[in-house]
Amino acid sequence: MQVKESGFENVVIRFAGDSGDGMQLTGTQFAAAVAQEGNEIVTMPDFPSEIRAPAGTTAGVSGFQVNFGKSNVRTPGDFVDVLVAMNPAALKVNVAVLDKGGAIIVDTDAFNAKNLEKAGYESNPLEDGSLEDLEVYALPITSQTLEALKDSALSKKDRGRCKNFFTLGILLWLHDQEPDYSIDYIKSKFARKPDIADANITVLEEGIAYARNKGVPQAQFKLSDKRLAPGEYRNLSGNKAVALGLAAAADLIGLNLYLGSYPITPATEILQELAVLKNYGVKTFQAEDEIAGICSAIGASFAGALAVTNTSGPGMSLKSEALGLAVISELPLVVVNVQRGGPSTGLPTKTEQSDLLQAMYGRHGECPMPVVSASTPGDCFYQAIEAARLAVKYMTPVILLTDGYLGNGSEPFLVPKVDELPDLSGLKREVEPEGFSPYRRDEKTLARDWAVPGMPGMQHRIGGLEKDYVDGSVSHDPVNHEKMSLIRQEKVDRIADDIPDLEIFGDQDGGEVGIFSWGSTFGAIRGKVEKYRAEGKSISHIHFTHMNPMPKNTAEVIAKFKKVVVAEMNLGQLDQILRAKYLVDSIPLTKIQGKPFREDEIANVIDKLL
Amino acid sequence: MSDMKIDKKNYASAQEVKWCSGCGDYSVLKQAQLALADLGLRNEEVVFVSGIGCSSRFPYYMNTYGYHTMHGRAMAIATGVRTQNPELSVWVATGDGDALSIGGNHFVHAAKRNMNMVVILMDNRIYGLTKGQVSPTSDKGVITKTTPYGSIDNPLDPVKLALGAGATFVSRSTGKNQKLLRELLVKAHQHKGFSLVHILQNCLIFNDNVFDRYTDKENAEHSLILEDGKPMIFGSEMDKGIVLDGMTPKVVNVADVDPADILVHDATNEDSILPSMLSSLPLDKFPMPMGVIRQVEGECYGESMRDQQEQVTSKLGSGDLQQLLRGNNTWTVA
Ligand code: SF4
Repeated sequence: MQVKESGFENVVIRFAGDSGDGMQLTGTQFAAAVAQEGNEIVTMPDFPSEIRAPAGTTAGVSGFQVNFGKSNVRTPGDFVDVLVAMNPAALKVNVAVLDKGGAIIVDTDAFNAKNLEKAGYESNPLEDGSLEDLEVYALPITSQTLEALKDSALSKKDRGRCKNFFTLGILLWLHDQEPDYSIDYIKSKFARKPDIADANITVLEEGIAYARNKGVPQAQFKLSDKRLAPGEYRNLSGNKAVALGLAAAADLIGLNLYLGSYPITPATEILQELAVLKNYGVKTFQAEDEIAGICSAIGASFAGALAVTNTSGPGMSLKSEALGLAVISELPLVVVNVQRGGPSTGLPTKTEQSDLLQAMYGRHGECPMPVVSASTPGDCFYQAIEAARLAVKYMTPVILLTDGYLGNGSEPFLVPKVDELPDLSGLKREVEPEGFSPYRRDEKTLARDWAVPGMPGMQHRIGGLEKDYVDGSVSHDPVNHEKMSLIRQEKVDRIADDIPDLEIFGDQDGGEVGIFSWGSTFGAIRGKVEKYRAEGKSISHIHFTHMNPMPKNTAEVIAKFKKVVVAEMNLGQLDQILRAKYLVDSIPLTKIQGKPFREDEIANVIDKLL
Repeated sequence: MSDMKIDKKNYASAQEVKWCSGCGDYSVLKQAQLALADLGLRNEEVVFVSGIGCSSRFPYYMNTYGYHTMHGRAMAIATGVRTQNPELSVWVATGDGDALSIGGNHFVHAAKRNMNMVVILMDNRIYGLTKGQVSPTSDKGVITKTTPYGSIDNPLDPVKLALGAGATFVSRSTGKNQKLLRELLVKAHQHKGFSLVHILQNCLIFNDNVFDRYTDKENAEHSLILEDGKPMIFGSEMDKGIVLDGMTPKVVNVADVDPADILVHDATNEDSILPSMLSSLPLDKFPMPMGVIRQVEGECYGESMRDQQEQVTSKLGSGDLQQLLRGNNTWTVA
């Protein structure tokens, strides 16, 4: 095999097939198996928005990409080294991502006239020489799967469905991985269906044996250098990390978690994950619509919960009126927006960072809200805790921005010890009936008192109408309105004193180029900047987590660089904010294709500046 | 009586009431305060949630916890309050536009979930706070600022809608019938589940006298005050009754029929056939049904949520955070 003969640091594999072929499962299992070896991994599922588009068509192709290796694995990989294509459509959609010299594994059984036609091939690419530059392993995966199961009592359909584990077997062989982890997984996953478990294990082992017997080469793919820091790891996607972070925050603060939610891609998993955690005091409410999702959460917050709602772009738009209510009511609330391609329905299953301006400003009236973003799937855990901390400490709704890439993507997550997590006990202040007013404030944070129904002597009325600064009754007084508007702004601004400074990765005194980024572009930008710096270039990386308020040293850091580049997956939203706030003539580096940055795309802008 | 007065005041907040003088909402406010006194509720356990509209100013006037929220969303917010803490006494103050137009979806879902809350729906068949536009309950043909040539829209009946959505307590009163109103508010609160009190409330500024037909003494011909287990008799002389001719209801003179033929009200029947029929009677020929139209038992969402949480916890034990963070599948890098 020609692929990356030696000295390579990482391998990128893309599994692709019909939505029903089980490629997400195969990919996840493969990733989990290589992670056991201590590899760094980054994964990216890539599925169509249709659940099961007509079988065999390019619209129905579902993909899962895994990048693993010993160092600098920060993205799912720009180009693919090995493509697994379970049918002609999967090959057609994905062949362009193969680096020259890459390898393809195809299921020849699926390359029949009908499927070729459905995929829009005029001739069979396996025979017409169009794949000449590539190493093609054309294997009869379906028929070998059926052959391996010829004695099984399962129906033909069920036997055929086992082919994804045959494929997994081939890949495990290719990378010299032991099948033990996958076998354990199959046993637990199909614990109630032992015949299916047996069939899948048989097929997995047959896949390994078949690859060995057919002389599929291996070994050069073995990545044995371990680079992850020592410790106990689990695999974690961003959506699961958000759910865990919220549950942890509630536990640490000493409140029960309440999620009001409505299903929407790619954010639904957070609701599903939290729905399981009933014995952790977590309440989840699947509402009738997005508006009821946030409204129920606001109601729960009024009644004393750590309340959360989660959604994606279209749902965020629907919730915006309620965000205003939460701001004027000064109730704690965490709003998680797992961003996707917009506007409107846009690209539901693809990633984008185009809701930043909406998060910062997308409400009527003067309506300031803290905004926090997460950089990696694992960071989603910590930023969910941070969002909850700010919400309760400052009595305010807080937006947490993640995106489809973070939400669905996963990475090894160093399991934290509970006592190493932020100490949030005492965050919720006790309130006293003596001299109570709903807008009595903490002098330092300006957070108002949070008295909840059931507490005697503190009955009060809040609501969407402007309230009097002193006694909290309805007030239409113009001077009072200005005072209240200013205090709501001041409260959010003061958070700047309570968050870490921006850090410069690179030259602390600044230099030629500073790339500023936020959210999920972290990995791609950091990886490229590391490479530039290894070449001795004067370039540094500055990554934002807190979008509103921004860290206090932001102006100072910006001023250190001759050229300020702002990288993001939109048409330049952070760029606009930095220009407006800090009067910097920044250079946008943008992409809006539903996919993370590739190195060459970053280089196109940066090379000219260095 | 003097004791009662103190009790009513006990639930009045210090905020000055700002409805137009003579507005039907005053009577509802008074009866609600009396009902709370009748029920002996502690101020701090009561939560009034409202949306937007004249009637939605209600919470400000109550010495309880209160939340004046967004147009149409009161029931969604009250659902959050109730599911977070099913021990609270949750009341929603809303109007026809708020509950049935912009908030229709939440009304339907709160009813179908049997959310344990009292919904006080003050229906004046007009948008009052925006100064007089057609509402979802306005009669066809009505002339308002937005329907200068007469409304071409059909009215929606909240009682029918609530029955259709599976509400377990459905009742109606005029704002003027203070005795009935107070009684219904008490019963609605005592009922476990979603309780609708539909109130025909006069807006004297923009839709005055629209309910005269049901409120004037002389016009008792047009109201049927239902009492469970009692025959359906109405009229100023209580001389009219309702019978069934096959499947068809009919108004008869009581004197002309065997008393045993008069339909007897049964609000508690599992099925909602009788309530549905009563709420579907054409009002040009039949009286408007008032009182408790339907009252059946059912599981309440907020309580079920708590119960399920307790069951899962007793089965699995209280969750341990460290265990949650580890999950079921870890590996160690040495
Ligand atoms: S406008 Fe009508 S409903 Fe509104 S307060 Fe005045 S009388 Fe009452």
